[in-house]
Amino acid sequence: MSDESALLREPWFDFGRQREAGKFGIWVFLGSEMLFFGALLLTYTVCRIEHPDAFAAAGRATNIWYGTINTAVLLTSSLTMAMASQAAASPARLRRLVLACLLATALLGLAFVVIKGFEYKEDIDKHLVPGAGFALPQPGAQLFYGLYWLVTGVHAVHLSIGIVLVGRLFWEFYRRELPTQANPELEITALYWHLVDIVWIFLYPLIYLPGRSS
Amino acid sequence: MTDALLAGDLPLPPRPDYLRHGSTIASWLTTTDHKRIAILYAITITFFFFLGGAAVTAVRLELFEPNGWLLTSDTYNKLFSFHGIIMVWFFLVPSIPNTLGNFLLPLMIGAPDVAFPRLNLFSWYLTIAAGAFTVYALLAGGVDTGWTFYTPYSSMFSNSHVFAAAAGVFVVGFASIATGVNFIATTHMLRAPGMTWFRLPLFVWAIYATSLIMVLATPVLAISLLLVIAERVLGLPIFDPARGGDPILFQHLFWFYSHPAVYIMVLPAMGVVSEVIPCFARRRIFGYDFMVYAMLAIAGIGFFVWGHHMFVSGQSALASLVFSFLSFIIAVPSAIKVFNWTASLFRGQISFESPMLYSLGFVGLFTTGGLSGLFLASIPVDVHVTDTYFVVAHFHYIMVGGSVSAFFAGLHFWWPKVTGKLYPESWAKFAAILMYAGFNMTFLPQFFAGYLGMPRRYHTYPAEFQIYNVMSSAGAGVLAVAYLLPLGYLTWSLFYGGRAGNNPWAATGLEWTTTSPPPPKNFDRQPRVDRGPYEYHAEGMSAGTDAPEVQNARDIR
Ligand code: HEM
Ligand SMILES: [Cu+2]
Repeated sequence: MSDESALLREPWFDFGRQREAGKFGIWVFLGSEMLFFGALLLTYTVCRIEHPDAFAAAGRATNIWYGTINTAVLLTSSLTMAMASQAAASPARLRRLVLACLLATALLGLAFVVIKGFEYKEDIDKHLVPGAGFALPQPGAQLFYGLYWLVTGVHAVHLSIGIVLVGRLFWEFYRRELPTQANPELEITALYWHLVDIVWIFLYPLIYLPGRSS
Repeated sequence: MTDALLAGDLPLPPRPDYLRHGSTIASWLTTTDHKRIAILYAITITFFFFLGGAAVTAVRLELFEPNGWLLTSDTYNKLFSFHGIIMVWFFLVPSIPNTLGNFLLPLMIGAPDVAFPRLNLFSWYLTIAAGAFTVYALLAGGVDTGWTFYTPYSSMFSNSHVFAAAAGVFVVGFASIATGVNFIATTHMLRAPGMTWFRLPLFVWAIYATSLIMVLATPVLAISLLLVIAERVLGLPIFDPARGGDPILFQHLFWFYSHPAVYIMVLPAMGVVSEVIPCFARRRIFGYDFMVYAMLAIAGIGFFVWGHHMFVSGQSALASLVFSFLSFIIAVPSAIKVFNWTASLFRGQISFESPMLYSLGFVGLFTTGGLSGLFLASIPVDVHVTDTYFVVAHFHYIMVGGSVSAFFAGLHFWWPKVTGKLYPESWAKFAAILMYAGFNMTFLPQFFAGYLGMPRRYHTYPAEFQIYNVMSSAGAGVLAVAYLLPLGYLTWSLFYGGRAGNNPWAATGLEWTTTSPPPPKNFDRQPRVDRGPYEYHAEGMSAGTDAPEVQNARDIR
C-alpha cells in the first residue's frame, strides 16, 4: 500500500513489524519514565512520613481550584488524544476528525500550562517559594513546596514536550506530509501523552488533598 | 564449490563496505549506520579514557610521597573526582555496550541495523553534549565532591562546579537510557529467522541484561542529581537537615542507581569473555542456560543490594542485615559464571592468542574483585575497611582488572571484523601480559594498605604506608604503558596491517559470516539460523581443531 510505503523506515522490511517495534520501544521508555517519577514520589513519601503535620498544613495552602480544573482539562485532553488515535486506526478515512482531535489535544495541553502559570504566580505572591520569607512556619512545609515546584515543573516539561509532538503531528497531517491512517507515530505520541496524564493523576491527590479530609 | 554454495558464499558484485561507503566528515556525523556510530563512540571514549587517565596520573604521582609534595589538597580532590566521573560515566558505562555492543548486536542477531537508528545517533550527540558539560566543569576549575556527589557536601558546602558536572552526568544518563531502549527493542524485534532466544550468543544476552538495568536504574540517578542541582541553584531544602531535609536520602537514591550501574559496567564484559573463551578453547560454552539465567539474576538482584554501601551511614541494623544477606546472594550467579568459564576450558584445545590472554586475565581479576566484595558484604569486616583503599582495590579489580581487560579482549577479538585489518599478534600478547602484571602491581598493594587502615581520598598519609603507595604508583606506570601500546599498534595496523578474512579466528557466530569489514546493511543475504551459538564440536564430544562450518546463510526471498 502506498500509505505504508510512505511510513516505512530503515531498517524495517515489514510495516507491521516496524509499528510493533515502535510501540514496544515506547513502552520500554515509559517503564523508564515510571522510575523517573517513581524516584520523585519516593522522595515525597519519605519526607511526608518524616513531617506529616507540615505536609498537611502545606497541602491546605495549595489552591485546590487550579488543581481540580487542571485535572479536568488534562483528562479531557487524554480523551481527545485517544479519539485521535482510534480515528486514525479505523479503516474509514477520518482525516478531519483526526486533525480536529489533535488540535483539541494540543490546545487543552496549552490550557493546562497556562492555568498552571496562573497558579505559579499566585504561589509566588503567597510566598510559597522555599527560602527566606516563606509563608508557612513549619520547616517541613518548605520541603513540601520544594518538591511541589520540582515535581510540577518536571511534569510541565514533559507536557510541553508532548504539546510539541502533538503539534508537529497536526502540522504534518494538515500539510499532508504524512498519511494519517495507521500512522505509528500517532500511536506512540498518544502513549506518551497518556503517561503524562497518569503521572498527573498521582500528583493531584499528593499535592492538593493532604490535610483536607478532616 | 558446492560447499561454498551451500554455505552461501555466492560470488557477489563488488560493493563498498561500511567504512568506504562515504568518506566525508558529514557522512560520519549524520550516519545512522550502527557500525559507524560504534566507531564514533569508540573515538569519544578513547578520548575520555586518556583524559581520566591523565587526572589519575597526577594523583598517583602525588601519592609517591606521604607529605603532599606535588598537589594541594584542593587540587587533589578535584583530580580524583574528575577521574571517577569521567571513567565511570564517560568511559566504562558506554565502553563495551556502545562500541562493541552497537557494532555487534545487529550483526550477531542477523539484522541490518538497530531498531531505531536515528535514536542511536541522537544518543551519541547527547554523550558529546554531556561530555562538553563535564569538560567545562574541569576547565572552569573542577569539582571536588568525588564521583558519588554525596550530600550535604555537594548540595550545601562545596564551592566547586558541581552544577556543570552533575548536569553532564544527568545528560549522559539520557544517552544511556536511549541506548538501552534501542538495544532492548532490537533484541526483541529484529532477530533473524531461526534466531530463537536460546540461540542468542551470550554477548547479546549480556547487552540485553545491561540495557534492562540502564533503562530501569538510570532515571533514578537523573532524579538524585536533579535534586542536588535544584538544591544548589533554587535553594530547595531537600537534603538540608536544618530545614527538615534528609541528606541520607541522597545516598539511597544514588546507590539505587549506582549499584546496578556496577553491573552495567561488568555484564557486557562477561558477554565478551563468553564469546572469546569458547572460540580459543574450541569448546561449547559450559552450561549455556545457566549463563543466561545467571546474567538475568545479576541484573534483577542487583537492584536490591544498594544498602551495602551504607553500612556506616546510619542505616538501621535490620536494613544492613538484609542488604548484607542479599549481597552474599548476588555473588552466587557471579560464581556460577566463573565456574562455567573455567569448565568450558576442560577438554578444550586451548590456544593463547591475545584475546584469550585478556579474557583469562578477566576471569582471574574478576574473581579476586568479587571475592573481596564478599569481605565487604559482611558488616563486621566492612565497618573496619570501609572508606579505605581496600574498597578502592575491590572495585578496581572488577572495573579495571575485569571490565577494561574484557574491553581489550573484545577490541582485539573483533578488530579484524571492524577494520578488516590484522594487528601484530606478538605485540598484542606482550601488551596483554604487561597489562595483567601492571594491574596487579598497582592494585594488589592497595588491598594491604586498606586492610591496615589507609583511608581513601586523602592527599597525605602516614609514612608507614609509603611502601604500598610507591609500589602502586610504579605499577600504574607499567599499566599506562600497557594501555598506550594498543593505541600504537592498533593504529599502525589500520595502515599497514594485513587484510583479514571473513573469519580469522574460525569462530562461530553470524558476525563472522559476513565480510570484514561488513557491508552497510551487514549481510548481503538475510541470514537464517538453525543451531546454537557455540557449535565448535559435535554435541557430547570434546574439542576438535577443525574450523566450524559457517552458519548457514541462505536467501529467504
Ligand atoms: C560479587 C559481588 C559484589 C559484592 C558482594 C560487592 C560488595 C561491595 C560492598 C559491600 C561495597 C561497599 C564497601 C564500602 O564502601 O565500605 C562495594 C563497593 C564498591 N563496589 Fe562492589 N561488590 C560486588 C561486585 C562489584 C562489581 C561487579 C563492581 C563493578 C563492576 C563493584 C564496584 C564497586 C564500587 C565502584 C564500589 C565503591 C563505590 C564507592 O564507594 O566509591 N562491585 N562493593
Ligand atoms: Cu554495590
